Amino acid sequence: MMAKLRSEPGFADADAFYAKLVEAHRDLDDAASAKLNAKLVLLLANHIGDPETIDEALAAAARPV
Amino acid sequence: MGFVYPQYEFRQSPDSAAAKPVRHPVVVIGAGPVGLAAAIDLAQRGQKVVLLDDDTSVSHGSRGLCYAKRTLEIFDRLGCAAPIVEKGVTWQVGKVFHGPRQIYAFDLLPEGGHRFPAFVNLQQYWLEKFLVDRALALANLDLRFASKVAALEPHADHVALAIETPAGAYRIEADWVVACDGARSPTRKMLGLDFKGRVFEDRFLIADVRMQAEFPTERWFWFDPPFHAGGSTLLHKQPDDLWRIDFQLGANADPTAEKDPARVIPRVAAMLGPQVPFELEWVSVYTFQCRRLERLRHGRVLFAGDAAHQVSPFGARGANSGVQDADNLVWKLCAVLEARAPETLLDSYDAERGAAADENIGHSTRATDFITPKNAAAKLFRDAVLELAPHHAFARGLVNSGRLSQATHYADSTLSTPDTDVFAGGPAPGAPALDAPLANGWLLDRLKSGFTLLAFGAAPHALPDLPIAVATIAEADDPDGFAHRRYDAAPGTVYLVRPDQYVCCRLRRFDADAIRAAFSRACGKEM
Ligand SMILES: Cc1cc2nc3c(=O)[nH]c(=O)nc-3n(C[C@H](O)[C@H](O)[C@H](O)COP(=O)(O)OP(=O)(O)OC[C@H]3O[C@@H](n4cnc5c(N)ncnc54)[C@H](O)[C@@H]3O)c2cc1C
Repeated sequence: MMAKLRSEPGFADADAFYAKLVEAHRDLDDAASAKLNAKLVLLLANHIGDPETIDEALAAAARPV
Repeated sequence: MGFVYPQYEFRQSPDSAAAKPVRHPVVVIGAGPVGLAAAIDLAQRGQKVVLLDDDTSVSHGSRGLCYAKRTLEIFDRLGCAAPIVEKGVTWQVGKVFHGPRQIYAFDLLPEGGHRFPAFVNLQQYWLEKFLVDRALALANLDLRFASKVAALEPHADHVALAIETPAGAYRIEADWVVACDGARSPTRKMLGLDFKGRVFEDRFLIADVRMQAEFPTERWFWFDPPFHAGGSTLLHKQPDDLWRIDFQLGANADPTAEKDPARVIPRVAAMLGPQVPFELEWVSVYTFQCRRLERLRHGRVLFAGDAAHQVSPFGARGANSGVQDADNLVWKLCAVLEARAPETLLDSYDAERGAAADENIGHSTRATDFITPKNAAAKLFRDAVLELAPHHAFARGLVNSGRLSQATHYADSTLSTPDTDVFAGGPAPGAPALDAPLANGWLLDRLKSGFTLLAFGAAPHALPDLPIAVATIAEADDPDGFAHRRYDAAPGTVYLVRPDQYVCCRLRRFDADAIRAAFSRACGKEM
């Protein structure tokens, strides 16, 4: 059960966020793209900080489709 | 001045001529840093102790290097900190580089008012020499060189030992044995005990280089430097114009080929630049392990140091934690030998130092994993952290080139009495007492060899009839307020400190019954 990780929409403009994310990768090769994602994960995870939220996000991301 | 290896003399012990094996209260196996510390402490506490070592000199070549503040405080109690600090190189600043640039620097001891530095660098052979000097000065410490323990037999009330010497073999018995016979511990093997954990595949080249160089006295760590692309490098200063350089070689390196000076010299030259003349003093190739004995006590045999647990050198936790094992064990063993505490007090050694071993292994494993990422994703995150570090403080906190040794807090120790009064700081029960400068000398010097009640303000009245010394810190003793601040103390505050200088109880107001109960708990007595 998710207790702390928000799943309901958090973006004011979801399409704009998504476009920005994809745009940031547009000219990158696989390695640079992976590096960008890694940095993004670190920056956002630190911003969240709360270990339970992060654990839930890790579990949700790792859940098989 | 370089180091001249001392040759200690083998002397035949009268034990070898005895009709039946002589019984000793305590025998320590192995005169490395840990066995020496244990034997010195036992002797200083009045025990007759036999210390056996299979060699006739100190540790050969380049091993332990950095000794931490808490370890220096222990050496001070053992009467040998002065030569160690005087000979050693003191440092507290570390710098971390990624590729060609520095990403950050740290200062381990930014606050003043400490007697000992955060770290002293000293070759292990010097350290052992100073410890042997101290050991030889103690009349009740019988240090036997060239005396190898060849067999060991545990019994219910003693341990039987067979000793081999150049003049033949003999047997002795011991009430208690402290096994400090190193990572390959023959004692461990003779008792058939497992030594479980992780072996890291990456090989490291350790080179001690003699040169006159302008590098400052700091710890420098490079990730992926231009002179050693793809690997890491660590540089440390030692006394005698020696520098320790540690190159990560990877898992596939050939240890024999890598030790060849024809291969080592260009590596070092690439790092130092063409203008710096140097000589190789010592070269070796290591792999590292993180493992431990499941239990540190096996009946009458107590394991300490590398015999009990092994870590990678990142964090300088090997000898430091081993000396802290000895510090924890010896007062307990003395209390049991003198029938002042039940034998079960020794189980708290396993609990407290077992927790310390886990903590050290945890830190050491994480550092090794950061330095040598095990797959592409780990490498990706590692490099991302390094790239973020110059601009983001949080990322600097993630960079792990070794979390340097600090004293373990025994958070859940059964010997501690949890706080009932409110403290906003200061060493909690299970933490080591902190040093502080006083008007006359240093706070840790006020602690006696047994239990000490550290009383802020005035000495309490009506002390219980217990073997507890009292050390009073009046406000006038503490003109700069360091002690009061470090202990979050007000007049009336008392700390009960164990013989190993760990806090076991603290109160805002002295209470004889509470102190009596805390004392008895810290002696491992049923309450
Ligand atoms: C490259 C490297 C760098 C390191 N850097 C650091 C550092 O910076 N800081 C730090 O704290 N630690 C460091 N260490 C770890 C440190 O060297 C060890 O943790 C330390 O030596 C352990 O001390 P010990 O007394 O437990 O064992 P040892 O030093 O191994 O001593 C064991 C002793 O037992 C004796 N012995 C063995 N078998 C018998 C027998 N059958 N009978 C009698 N005697 C016997 C041996 O001769 C030896 O004298 C480093 C290690 C390496 C390899």
